[in-house]
Amino acid sequence: MSDQTSNPMREAIQEAIAENPVILFMKGNPEAPACGFSARTVAILQSLGARFAAVDILPDPRIRQELSAISEWPTIPQLFVEGELVGGCDIVTEMYESGELAQTLGLEAAPAEEEAPEGAPVQSAPLSIENRL
Amino acid sequence: MSATPEELKERIEAEIPGAVASVTGDGHHFNAVVSASAFAGMPRIAQHRLVYDVFGAELGDRIHALSIQTRTSETEETR
Repeated sequence: MSDQTSNPMREAIQEAIAENPVILFMKGNPEAPACGFSARTVAILQSLGARFAAVDILPDPRIRQELSAISEWPTIPQLFVEGELVGGCDIVTEMYESGELAQTLGLEAAPAEEEAPEGAPVQSAPLSIENRL
Repeated sequence: MSATPEELKERIEAEIPGAVASVTGDGHHFNAVVSASAFAGMPRIAQHRLVYDVFGAELGDRIHALSIQTRTSETEETR
């Protein structure tokens, strides 16, 4: 933001965070997570029936670099709700277990009956992030 | 040089005021449970950032993964 040169990658990430009420930056995608921590975070969101956008950070190392610069958070995954970093896998897990996560997501208690089926309503990722290279 | 749980424990305790850490790990993946008076009144995300900051760029590199659970030492929260 401070320097004059535009940084399309950073802008695209900031835009994605601003435009998606719940967005997860992860390794792989919700159907095929590429890391155990990302997989666990996706499983928690799905078990709550949360709708979320997801961005795979693996296709370009600059995604992770810019994301961590914005969030000041070194690890992946990163969950944002309403533009704010909630945390990574550890915090999401703790908040899930305490019931805080459902609250943060504006959901009632976990709808236990619905184990997120194959076609869970996951908003498609803002693919522009991957494309603006 | 791979890292050891003992090294992580010592560095966390040296850098975070009042910290007591319990660290397990296999040299690449670690889990740290950290209690510290410094955490009192901080949001969880700030507590975790303090622990991450101990290791900086080593995270994801020399220290492949670090799971963190934090407690304020006063109210040793259950779980």
